[in-house]
Amino acid sequence: MGRRDDHILLRLIDIRKVFSRGTIDEVTALDGINLDVYEQDFVTIIGSNGAGKSTLLNVIAGIYPPERGGNVCIVDQDITNIPEYKHAEYAGRVYQDPSEGTAAKLTIEENMAMALLRGQSRGLRAAISKRRRELFRSALSPLGLGLEDRLSAYVATLSGGQRQSLALVMATISKPAILLLDEHIATLDPKTAETVLELSDMIVKRERMTTIMVTHNMDIALRYGNRLIMMHQGKILVNMGEEEKKKLTIADLVMAFERAAGEEFKDDSIMLSQR
Amino acid sequence: MIQSILLSSILEGLLFGFVTIGVYITFRVLAFPDLTVDGSFVTGGSVAAVMIATGHNPFLATFASLIAGLIAGTITAALNTALRINALLSGILMMVGLYSVNLRIMHGANIPLIRSITIFESVAHFFSIRRNSILIIYTLVVLAIIFFLALNWFLRTEIGLALRASGDNEQMVRGLGSDTNKNVALGCAISNGLVALAGSLVAQSQGFCDVNMGIGMIVMGLAALIIGEGILHPRGTGKILFACFVGTFMYRLFITIALRLGLAPGDLKLITATLVVIVLGIPYVRKRLRGEWVPPAARM
Repeated sequence: MGRRDDHILLRLIDIRKVFSRGTIDEVTALDGINLDVYEQDFVTIIGSNGAGKSTLLNVIAGIYPPERGGNVCIVDQDITNIPEYKHAEYAGRVYQDPSEGTAAKLTIEENMAMALLRGQSRGLRAAISKRRRELFRSALSPLGLGLEDRLSAYVATLSGGQRQSLALVMATISKPAILLLDEHIATLDPKTAETVLELSDMIVKRERMTTIMVTHNMDIALRYGNRLIMMHQGKILVNMGEEEKKKLTIADLVMAFERAAGEEFKDDSIMLSQR
Repeated sequence: MIQSILLSSILEGLLFGFVTIGVYITFRVLAFPDLTVDGSFVTGGSVAAVMIATGHNPFLATFASLIAGLIAGTITAALNTALRINALLSGILMMVGLYSVNLRIMHGANIPLIRSITIFESVAHFFSIRRNSILIIYTLVVLAIIFFLALNWFLRTEIGLALRASGDNEQMVRGLGSDTNKNVALGCAISNGLVALAGSLVAQSQGFCDVNMGIGMIVMGLAALIIGEGILHPRGTGKILFACFVGTFMYRLFITIALRLGLAPGDLKLITATLVVIVLGIPYVRKRLRGEWVPPAARM
């Protein structure tokens, strides 16, 4: 993948997130996360429900800021406390639910036009022009879904897999610094999930995108990416680089997790699917 | 008689069509149920009436009413986005508050414009004819076309698209780097600007402004919008804007016919309510009769 170790793209320093602080519902979702992601890294994050994976992505995407003292830096910019919509310039995201990443009542080309202007100022030019339509067609045709011929169709008429593929193209078309895949295949049927996963990998490789992918599935976490992170109860338990990951098997992963998490893992093991 | 019914319906369809477009922008485009309308309609009317009655240029007065509406809409949006007050409540608070503001603007409950120069007198004077309803209709048609073209263009621009997307999937719009709070403010401003414009035109066309003339305006706008959508099933911004005018015309036609049939003006509210129930109810009843699946009742 031609990774450059000297170039840190995303740096997370002491990220904590506590929900409902001071009540009996208090939950520590993130408990001191430190992480460096290098340019063109493809990091897979695995962990059981409640491990803090999605919360971590939400902090990077600026949905909510981390607790005081934590820092999110991307391409040498401190983005810890800038408003959510300004994070778009740095991070493109595909959500778990296909309906979250696309606008149902707008057409495919209108959705694409929204995505094309990620992080740019929007003006009084026509949102859709002939030239942009050509661009949308060439961005959508590699999906092989025929979306390029249905540009004026409402997104509500697309299937979940089509919508998620569209969301993937929308997250990457304007080349944000980092791509966040938040269990983006979890709601798709196995065959569609595999297709969307292959598409993700293809786009990530083609565009050389730095990517963080959250998944429940150990097999997927092993097959894709050059780094693997395992989270548990708001902490990073395992952080493996390229060399270690190549030799890793599911059995190793389970063992590594058991060792690090200790007894608690017995309850959580059912949460992680092995296939 | 048929001609006079049609003429008055066309006139009112054009006048109140601006209200319907305003309601369309908040309720449909932004998914922001804005009830400011009942207040901002009168604000537009009273700003124009005061200025015209004190001898200002009627076009300037009409423009000022539009600006007053823009400001009212911006405040409604700010209550919602900056203070996180519920959208419905923000609109209600503004509607209630504007009632007092309108009384202040007019220094009373009513301003007559009978002997004043409104835009319609100005236009009549320009063509050296007397003011009549045909002339008013032509003037309104020109205004309607201008605003139709302007809105149809604006809603397809990059900003306009972001505004439309904000009402559909707010999270996505923020995720793509557009400030949804700004979009909502812009949409509410445009909406109430149009509503206030309608208020000023209505005041000038009927020859007075009354503090109570905005009551029920939001219901009328919604009814007209629903009728327009029900009849034309519009697709695309241009057709929807057109449907707003058609819906308002149809609504006014029903009302005028009902009045001519001998119903009292006091019955109008019930007629409106019944009309909306019929237009909304028919598709479901039809589906039921055909044995099609009907989704469970929505509460939002």
